[in-house]
Amino acid sequence: MIAALSISDASVRLGGNEILHTINAEVAPGEFIGIFGPNGAGKSTLIRCILGLAPLSSGRISVFGVGAGRANRMIGYMPQSRVSLEGTALSARSMVAGVAAGDGWGLPWHSRKLKEEVDSVIELAGVAPFADRPFAVLSGGEKQRVGLAQALLGKPRLLLLDEPLASLDPRNQMLLIDRITQIKKTTDTTILFTAHDVNPLLGVMDRVLYIAGGAAAIGSLDEVITSAALSQLYKTDIRVIRVEGNIFIIAAEGGVIETARHD
Amino acid sequence: MIDQLKEFLSYDFVRSALIAGSLAAVLGAIVGYFVVIRKVGFAAHALAHIGFTGATGAALFGISPLQGMLIVSVLAGATMGVMGSRLHRSEIAIGMVLSVCLGVGTLFLTLYNGFAGQASAILFGNIFGVSPQQIHQIALLSAGSLGVLFIFSRKLIFASIQPDLAEARGVSLSQLSFIFMIILAVSVTLASQVVGILLVFTLVIGPAGIAARLFRGFWSGTTASVVIALAAVWSGILLACMTNWPPSFWITVILFALYLLVDLLCRFVLRTER
Repeated sequence: MIAALSISDASVRLGGNEILHTINAEVAPGEFIGIFGPNGAGKSTLIRCILGLAPLSSGRISVFGVGAGRANRMIGYMPQSRVSLEGTALSARSMVAGVAAGDGWGLPWHSRKLKEEVDSVIELAGVAPFADRPFAVLSGGEKQRVGLAQALLGKPRLLLLDEPLASLDPRNQMLLIDRITQIKKTTDTTILFTAHDVNPLLGVMDRVLYIAGGAAAIGSLDEVITSAALSQLYKTDIRVIRVEGNIFIIAAEGGVIETARHD
Repeated sequence: MIDQLKEFLSYDFVRSALIAGSLAAVLGAIVGYFVVIRKVGFAAHALAHIGFTGATGAALFGISPLQGMLIVSVLAGATMGVMGSRLHRSEIAIGMVLSVCLGVGTLFLTLYNGFAGQASAILFGNIFGVSPQQIHQIALLSAGSLGVLFIFSRKLIFASIQPDLAEARGVSLSQLSFIFMIILAVSVTLASQVVGILLVFTLVIGPAGIAARLFRGFWSGTTASVVIALAAVWSGILLACMTNWPPSFWITVILFALYLLVDLLCRFVLRTER
């Protein structure tokens, strides 16, 4: 079977610094992979490489057997940044419709087929209840679901979600994760999900890709999120502490590397 | 009242003003909609002011003010497009281009002594002074700009509302920003023929800003923007005929009043804003 994503000996240099050093990972179709690591570890950079937006300095990344390159229609992408449309009444539906066939030429005149697709991703991402409200007045969680709907256009086989939980409260984090797991079940999409904190994704993800110090480790939660494995990645003494089903990752010299939920 | 209108419309200069005003209004309204969703209002403002250099330079080099403004604005727009494809970088780049252009414009004004009298026409507009030849030029430029805008409109909308995803889908953000800035330069130059350089904002931002706050789709938004712009320009020109006050004054006042009304409506009645 062809891997959904195959990263072999991939290195990335940005401005003279090596961000990622010969990392390797294989992701099977239909897997839900949580990507973690400290700020600036290269999570977003890896996503950009998979999208073909950042070049590898060596190695290879392929998506369903095809080398990483721009405009790959097999990939759906939910970027970390959001555009503020303060002062406009553009609806959530318009935001999704504007992305649908947005890489084509001419006037944004949508065929029936395209309109149906917009409706279906709006339904799938849970945008329907507020689809006709202005995007600018939606809550953070609702805006993220609009981003999810945009990413789902074109029926992607691999979904790259870059920090979708950022700046959401725990309840909205849970709602979004529920929505994403539902999408995974109904569409059988492979999902790569970057996040700061392991805890919200416990029980949802199949495996973990942890990036730190330019290196990466992929495996089950119990293989990767351990004191030994993370100490090796960080090249310093790291303690993984489990309390009441939550995981804390702490540097031995002090300082929580990943904070847990506060609910 | 009707007889009075008929009388105004029998004058060639009024008809010319209405035609030129309509062309500039339609282009400004549609381009303005993109200015609003792309948040490049500062660039629009700067490009109009940069046109001043072109107009003063034109007198010095013996070409028409419209040509001079077009050359300088389009060059400046292209430079801005190249310098800052990402919006957040643009402000400094635009500020630098704007200041050096105004500096050069001041020099031109000094070098060409006889020019000062015409400066006010360029700054505040002289819609009743447009010649048939100018209307011809304005029509061609409007049609060309709208044509290019239509070809790129899908990509422009995509790149404006979700730039990172657009880039991932193979849309070139820098290319789009370059093309859009050139179209914007042409639009503000044409709009300045109607309301003057200082008041370009009123035609390029006004109608689109009002429409974007009320309408939830791209089509309804741009259509409303065009309707508002045409209504403001026509009533402004006719009110100017009746009162002998400048059309630029009437157009800006009408649009400002409308903006206030819509602002109150959005805040207190529709509650579409937080």
